[in-house]
Amino acid sequence: MSSPGGGEHETWPLWEVFVRASRGLSHLHAGSLHAPDAEMALRNARDLYTRRNEGVSIWVVPSSEITTSDPDEKDAFFESPKGKRYRHAGYYTEAEGVKHL
Amino acid sequence: MSETSFQVSVGEAFTAEDVAEAAEKPTEQVARYALRLGDDALILAQQLGWWVARAPELEEDVALTNIALDQLGHARAFLSYAGLAWGKTEDDLAYFRGESEFVNAQLFEQPNGDFAQTIARQFVASHFQFELYRQLQGSANATLAAIAAKALKEVDYHRDHADQWMLRLSLGTDESRRRMLRGLEVIWPFVEELFRDDELTDSLKGVAAAPSSLLEGFEKSTAAVFARCEIEIPAGFVARGGGRLGQHTEFLGHLLAEMQVLAREHPGATW
Amino acid sequence: MAREETESGAIDQDALARFDEIIAADERIEPTDWMPEAYRKTLIRQISQHGHSEIIGMQPEGNWITRAPSLKRKAILMAKVQDEAGHGLYLYSAAQTLGITRDKMTEDLITGKAKYSSIFNYHTPSWADMGSIGWLVDGAAICNQVPLCRASYGPYGRAMVRICKEESFHQRQGFEILLHLSRGTKEQHEMAQESVNRWYAPALMMFGPPDADSPNSAQSMAWKIKRFSNDDLRQRFVDMIVPQSEVLGLTLPDPAIKWNEKRGHYDFGELDWDEFYEVLKGRGPANSIRLERRRKAHEDGAWVREAAAAYAARESEQAMAS
Repeated sequence: MSSPGGGEHETWPLWEVFVRASRGLSHLHAGSLHAPDAEMALRNARDLYTRRNEGVSIWVVPSSEITTSDPDEKDAFFESPKGKRYRHAGYYTEAEGVKHL
Repeated sequence: MSETSFQVSVGEAFTAEDVAEAAEKPTEQVARYALRLGDDALILAQQLGWWVARAPELEEDVALTNIALDQLGHARAFLSYAGLAWGKTEDDLAYFRGESEFVNAQLFEQPNGDFAQTIARQFVASHFQFELYRQLQGSANATLAAIAAKALKEVDYHRDHADQWMLRLSLGTDESRRRMLRGLEVIWPFVEELFRDDELTDSLKGVAAAPSSLLEGFEKSTAAVFARCEIEIPAGFVARGGGRLGQHTEFLGHLLAEMQVLAREHPGATW
Repeated sequence: MAREETESGAIDQDALARFDEIIAADERIEPTDWMPEAYRKTLIRQISQHGHSEIIGMQPEGNWITRAPSLKRKAILMAKVQDEAGHGLYLYSAAQTLGITRDKMTEDLITGKAKYSSIFNYHTPSWADMGSIGWLVDGAAICNQVPLCRASYGPYGRAMVRICKEESFHQRQGFEILLHLSRGTKEQHEMAQESVNRWYAPALMMFGPPDADSPNSAQSMAWKIKRFSNDDLRQRFVDMIVPQSEVLGLTLPDPAIKWNEKRGHYDFGELDWDEFYEVLKGRGPANSIRLERRRKAHEDGAWVREAAAAYAARESEQAMAS
């Protein structure tokens, strides 16, 4: 399924905007906007989401191109990692107090 | 999005306040030159301010306002600097000069018209200002060079914005192409004046950017856009000009009347 | 998206239980979650109205951009009105995640079907109104909006976080305008006082009718869209602005304002709710003017939007062909 709001037809389609706040950080979702094409979407994103020095790099993606996990299958999708504490360092208590470990 | 996922910062840059506080007093000639560039930017900002809440789409409201704010910033820097020569502030110069004392080129006072005409004016203005500031950032006058260096990056974006819309309006629909061509027809007569040298610019060699020297770059970069737009370079009327000498088309008086009305009702007041 | 109820039309009891659980735990509902239709409708109505208010709200202040009395004030005002366009956009985007398009919201607005905050149906005849709008109208809006940052619907809350952050300068710049006027010439001081007199009551009415006459409030509070009642927020606002008005050297046009030691709040007089409902019904000073301006911008822009869409279609066709 695509991103919410992106499925409907409009004169100018909906785009999702991702902004990198500074070097070394990931692009994070900032919001969305409307634009006729990718070039204008980038420029609109620059004008709308970086007016206060919020970013050094921008991604835009048509909302309809985003694939999201199905909320109805949330349990099946996200159950497995639960209960597998051995994936986390805190599980290994016997090493406590040993330096550089 | 958590509250920390976007950051806001002021960002350091050269502003009108810096100019008013830090710059050396310019000579009469330099001040007159700065006044021209300041008036160009001020009149353009004033025109673009009209578009707020009137643009074809909300995103474009935001875009045009950004450009207006950039232009207003350039205007304030140039006017503040010019004012140092005469003991005047940016506001003295913006609000308490008459029409014949304004020395903007006539291009900038041409009306907004429809969106196509605004884009046509924006296209000419930003390609001109780009060439101008590119040269001026190497000026022997450190203040002019600093203002130009900051403005250059911003005008580069304005140029791109205008190019993008030129393309879309020229190649979009029959209606948009018709309007774009008409907008260019209205605006193009005011191009020639931008590149005229005169006594003042001749007297400021190495300090001012000689207008005639900017023409080649302007023609080259605009011709490339016209080619992509499948448009012939406009020809036809050339306006008489004279804006640099305080001679204006009939639009400037109205624009100033509106801009200055409140300030003039309260002379001496601060806001 | 998962907005349909189950095929039989019956509400999925498990889904409803899950929804109630999320609300009770003070977690956020996200766009792809199941939600009751009434919750979705309430949010669409509230968020789009909020967006419309930002968009229409550009006009009363936009009215002074070309006449701002100093270049600094002109820049500030432009940046502020621009923020309002941005905030309208953030809100429309949040509403869109609930399954309504921007085109539809725009249509609802310009056909007069959708509502927006009545405050923007007042005129701005004086420059001091730029001060009053910032100080009183934005001040009231901020009181309303800060709790909305915790609204149970994720996209709404996130939009509000960004908006509140950006708006922090709006109220201050308005206060500063009034402060300069109040301490300026006699004419300027009178301009400021006259403006505050006009905006005080409409600003207080921005919190909505008294709790007793606000039928939808209880449900919104149960859903944690709304966190405080209209009257609570109004009181909070009055408590803020009374001392601020003293700093400004201006008076508030309500002789009943008085500190109540027992309540720990300022008392204030009854508001004229008939006036509120008049404006709400469209009989305000500027209702038709505001709508017409929006309608005209939309209609005048149609050929531009179509041109850009046609160009995009052509470019993508060419890209496919090559």
